[in-house]
Amino acid sequence: MAKMRYLQALRLAMTEEMERDPNVFIMGEEVGQYQGTYRVTEGLLNKFGDKRVVDTPISEIGIAGMATGAAMVGLRPVAEFMTWSFAMSAMDQLVNHAAKITYMSGGRIKCPVVFRGPAGVGTQLSAQHSHSLEAWFAHTPGFKVAMPATPEDAKGLLKTAIRDNNPVIFMEHAGLYGSSGEVSEDPDFTVPFGVAAVRREGKDISLIAYSKGVAMSLKAAEILEKDGISAEVIDLRTLVPLDMDTVVASIRKTHRAVVIQEEWRNAGFAAELATRIYEQAFDEMDAPIQRVAGADVPMPYAKNLERAAIPTEHDIVAAARRALS
Amino acid sequence: MTIASLNNATQVELLTLYREMLLIRRFEEQCNALFLQGKIPSTLHLYIGQEAVAVGVCAALRPDDYVLGTHRPHGHALAKGVTSRSIMAELFGKVTGCCKAKGGSMHVGDMSVGMFPAIAIVGANAPIATGAALSAKMRGSGQVVVAFFGEGGANEGAVHEAMNMAAIWKLPVLFVCENNLYGASTPVSQIVAVENVADRAVAYGMPGVIVDGNDVLAVRDVTRTAVERARAGEGPSLIECKTYRLCGHSRSDACNYRTREEEAEWRDKDPLLRIKKLLTEETGLATLSDLEQVEAEVEAVLVDAIQFADESPEPAPEDALLHVFWEDK
Repeated sequence: MAKMRYLQALRLAMTEEMERDPNVFIMGEEVGQYQGTYRVTEGLLNKFGDKRVVDTPISEIGIAGMATGAAMVGLRPVAEFMTWSFAMSAMDQLVNHAAKITYMSGGRIKCPVVFRGPAGVGTQLSAQHSHSLEAWFAHTPGFKVAMPATPEDAKGLLKTAIRDNNPVIFMEHAGLYGSSGEVSEDPDFTVPFGVAAVRREGKDISLIAYSKGVAMSLKAAEILEKDGISAEVIDLRTLVPLDMDTVVASIRKTHRAVVIQEEWRNAGFAAELATRIYEQAFDEMDAPIQRVAGADVPMPYAKNLERAAIPTEHDIVAAARRALS
Repeated sequence: MTIASLNNATQVELLTLYREMLLIRRFEEQCNALFLQGKIPSTLHLYIGQEAVAVGVCAALRPDDYVLGTHRPHGHALAKGVTSRSIMAELFGKVTGCCKAKGGSMHVGDMSVGMFPAIAIVGANAPIATGAALSAKMRGSGQVVVAFFGEGGANEGAVHEAMNMAAIWKLPVLFVCENNLYGASTPVSQIVAVENVADRAVAYGMPGVIVDGNDVLAVRDVTRTAVERARAGEGPSLIECKTYRLCGHSRSDACNYRTREEEAEWRDKDPLLRIKKLLTEETGLATLSDLEQVEAEVEAVLVDAIQFADESPEPAPEDALLHVFWEDK
């Protein structure tokens, strides 16, 4: 184990997988000579050379399509979007091709490609550069969707993503890149998809989150503890596949839940989660599920306006109190 | 037909090209009839009139080279070697189809013969083809990739991004524009400001070649040159084949946007008539009875394919939920 930052853990995952498998390569804007806009790929060009760390033009359609085509015939591309906000330019390649090729071919073609990059809000980048778009991808059959909340998961989930034989949407949170934690240095360490983590045990209410929502939920749990409320915090880790067993087991214990997402409230992933809880554990519920989400507005610029549009631990605390009242 | 082309073609080669073009023509005619009979659902984009392009291009390829077709892919697939049986069964929605009835007309393909499942979003196959070419280059396989698209597709941003990336990295990919003069109903003069799509090649830093797309030998020859260049590591080429759809865009299209006179002119330039004339009147390499024999062979292949498709089972309803994700065998 070693203490490292989230972005270093991502880099370690790519380094180990590129050493393990010569078919793994990286492509994206500024990933090589510039070492990555967020320094995630720092040092990789020197280590692996320009055949395996490919600087591309600013061409998101080209990046997404080429990664898909290369994956269909023998390689394992890790394509970086400088931010997930720019992936919208490539939605046809992602949704209509990468996600569907296995199905359209009757299961005859695999497409082992990872699309990764920073997502999330909260750095005053305003409307066009602040997004959490996970619901769009979770909505599309054919994608696996991973959203690590910790440095250890950043490494373990990315290694699993690179080894997966399907297109994986790997959404990092820009606000977590600098966070640090203990990470396994074992090259065989991975975190499986579809296995949620109980980050804190509790008995009164379940706070169910992913990505940066996990840290917010842990802070909320500490605040609630001062009032004698015992909150359990579940980190989903992957939205597709989704580990409902762990969620339902928690509900059976607490009988109350808050579902947390940073993305726009309307038609977001938390709505899917809440519906599944009602479908699978309605009789266990002692109160309606509470939802914490971003405001349904394009992200405003001014600090106080942005704060007003983004959920915080205090929103989670308030939601928990509603569920317990 | 040029003398050089002829010198490079033996009687056997010419008859093979003729047979492949005739197979596509008869296949598409049968599809149209089967569509009208209700045997084939959905819609169909037929390749009638453009046969010399797919056959000429694929004649210059190795079996392990890759082809990416369009929403009008039957000709590309047949020319690359996908079987009539597996395409017809796919169109019928049968489990024996090349995509197990998951794809239909617009996605026919078979990777075992180098035919990607056809990409039916206009222009979207160009980046995927370029990625396959990147893979070929990285793996050192020597394979070449062809992306077909129309003059309408040439205006898609995806094609632009792909051509630029292919050129900067000198990737082994051929961009083959089948300029059939109409993007659905819109004439090319309304959507392209330059005279030829191939004129754009210079802006990408690659050769642009214009060829008579109804002359199968000419198409084969320009493709050979581009393939040699690509295999030698010198990068992509843009080939524009001037051709014409001798049918509607899709099954609901009555072609009211073009004149009957224009259609008649192009019927005179029918690529099948051209190669027939070359084989018989112009060179004497084949007799009419040779051609009749080819016709009979093609007919037999199609009778078999239709019977195979008709008699094949439908997929089980629960198969709808299979193959969303890859399953390791």
